[in-house]
Amino acid sequence: MLSQESLAQIDRELAKYPADQRRSAIMGALRIAQTEKRYLTNELIEFVASYVRIPPVAAYEVATFYNMYDRKPVGKYKLTVCTNLPCALSGGYTTADYLKQKLGIGFGETTADGKFTLAEGECMGACGYAPVMLVNNHSMCNHMTPDAIDKKLAELE
Amino acid sequence: MTIYAKGVVFEGVDFDNPNHWRLEEYVKRGGYAALKKILNEKITQDEVIAEVKTSSLRGRGGAGFPTGLKWSFMPRNFPGQKYLVCNTDEGEPGTFKDLDIIVSNPHALIEGMIIGGYAMGITVGYNYIHGEVFEAYERFEEALEEARKAGFLGDNILGTDFCFQLHAHHGYGAYICGEETALLESLEGKKGQPRFKPPFPASFGLYGKPTTINNTETFASVPYIIREGGQKFLELGKPNNGGTKLFSVSGHVNRPGNYEIPLGTPFADLLEMCGGMRGGKKLKAVIPGGSSAPVLPAEIMMQCTMDYDSIAKAGSMLGSGAVIVMDETVCMVSALERLSYFYHEESCGQCTPCREGTGWLYRIVHRIAHGEGRPEDLELLASIGDNIAGRTICALGDAAVFPVRGMLKHFRSEFEYMIEHKKSQFAALS
Ligand SMILES: Cc1cc2nc3c(=O)[nH]c(=O)nc-3n(C[C@H](O)[C@H](O)[C@H](O)COP(=O)(O)O)c2cc1C
Ligand code: FES
Repeated sequence: MLSQESLAQIDRELAKYPADQRRSAIMGALRIAQTEKRYLTNELIEFVASYVRIPPVAAYEVATFYNMYDRKPVGKYKLTVCTNLPCALSGGYTTADYLKQKLGIGFGETTADGKFTLAEGECMGACGYAPVMLVNNHSMCNHMTPDAIDKKLAELE
Repeated sequence: MTIYAKGVVFEGVDFDNPNHWRLEEYVKRGGYAALKKILNEKITQDEVIAEVKTSSLRGRGGAGFPTGLKWSFMPRNFPGQKYLVCNTDEGEPGTFKDLDIIVSNPHALIEGMIIGGYAMGITVGYNYIHGEVFEAYERFEEALEEARKAGFLGDNILGTDFCFQLHAHHGYGAYICGEETALLESLEGKKGQPRFKPPFPASFGLYGKPTTINNTETFASVPYIIREGGQKFLELGKPNNGGTKLFSVSGHVNRPGNYEIPLGTPFADLLEMCGGMRGGKKLKAVIPGGSSAPVLPAEIMMQCTMDYDSIAKAGSMLGSGAVIVMDETVCMVSALERLSYFYHEESCGQCTPCREGTGWLYRIVHRIAHGEGRPEDLELLASIGDNIAGRTICALGDAAVFPVRGMLKHFRSEFEYMIEHKKSQFAALS
């Protein structure tokens, strides 16, 4: 269900923890699975759980507790805009509104062509670079004014 | 963004050199000298802890607990495995200093953790890194690999019989995991829900074993203390507030960024370093220690010095050192609404007063902000706050209440105006 490369990455996560504490690797394992498949289906969560050798419910608990796991289909690019107070003092809402208008979708929605999903984020710990946006959970973009958004969207093919 | 480095964590870092974070550059500026000194001169565990106590280093994660004292709680001769954990979960809105540490000076943290491991007789450590900063996590992994290859980490460090393994653990989006016991649950691969204390992590921590947890900046300050001496560190700051500290300044200043300056620096000087207020506007208020700290109006803030004691005396807290600056245009109702939303969203749901109470706080502030406030709402907010604070397993409940109390104490008239006139005198957040 996952590529050899992803499985090798999960093995590296497992190696970080004591042999009798494999459960510790579940967060990393789910992240790796999601990165390959874009979002987590129940089947995928169960597969990862069996690979890590923990009960499916333990993996499901983790997948539902942490905000960055996507359990519903998301677009090719998931854009998460931070609107917490420090970002909002430097144009966070302007950026969010600009994206909504440009993509024609609201928070939690995906464009009809399946290219973009827009999400509202909480503080990403990068407020000095406000406004901040995250692409596909892992790539941070700083100073995302409307001009910078235009440039970024043009890059994302 | 600006990094103004005049302190111990970023000492000597040449940010213009793209390799500034690498081991080779770190060693060139005196890195790993503290570790070598301990191992070569056979400095004892007690001597290391005594040096940290002398420095008066206080935890940089928010609570400001004396680090030397925390380290001395660790049962030194415990027969089984013990753990050392670093808290890089940095999710307190306004805080972005630990990110810069693991990106720009990861080896200072690694060296600090190795020294901590040595001092407390711990052989395994984990660094828990905030979910949203994946690229920084990858960089930290690379720095770990460098340290292993150079013989600073792993078995028989620098040819001695001291061993220390260190791994990075990546979070995936949950503010609550910054709370130390939630972090341990998360590290065990569970939902990040805080544990009852006592037992404290020093007796029952990761996998039920004795564990010491410190913030990234706390560990990253340790190499300097060992290299230069605790007394010198202490003298950089002021009594009971030793050393320099990183302040993450965000909001309405000309140059937001991280400023590493001596504890005890007047806030007015910090504001000046940040290039003053953006657009020449007037300062209205400051949240001096991360979003959980009560807001302080300009008049009070301008009299404060940036240290634990001064800010506490003014009725707020230095917290994580995140300084959120707001100018005269900010609507305080709208600012509080956004913060209350955050705590409601991030409550882990374990304790009823927090799970339900944060929702109530948010809904009431929201209705005031949308012109639907009722005259009794301010009393209601205060009473809900009293029913949350101090009644939950962890301090997230308190963290949700402090901003509400601070706003009602210092900016009550703005809330009253909005309830009466159904609109604000100021523009909403944009
Ligand atoms: C809701 C909540 C969030 C917290 N978030 C963080 C955090 O992001 N980083 C941190 O170092 N400490 C955080 N703390 C404080 C930790 O529980 C703990 O006190 C700290 O990591 C200890 O390290 P120190 O003594 O070096 O400060 C948080 C506490 C609470 C109650
Ligand atoms: S508020 Fe947006 S990154 Fe902190």
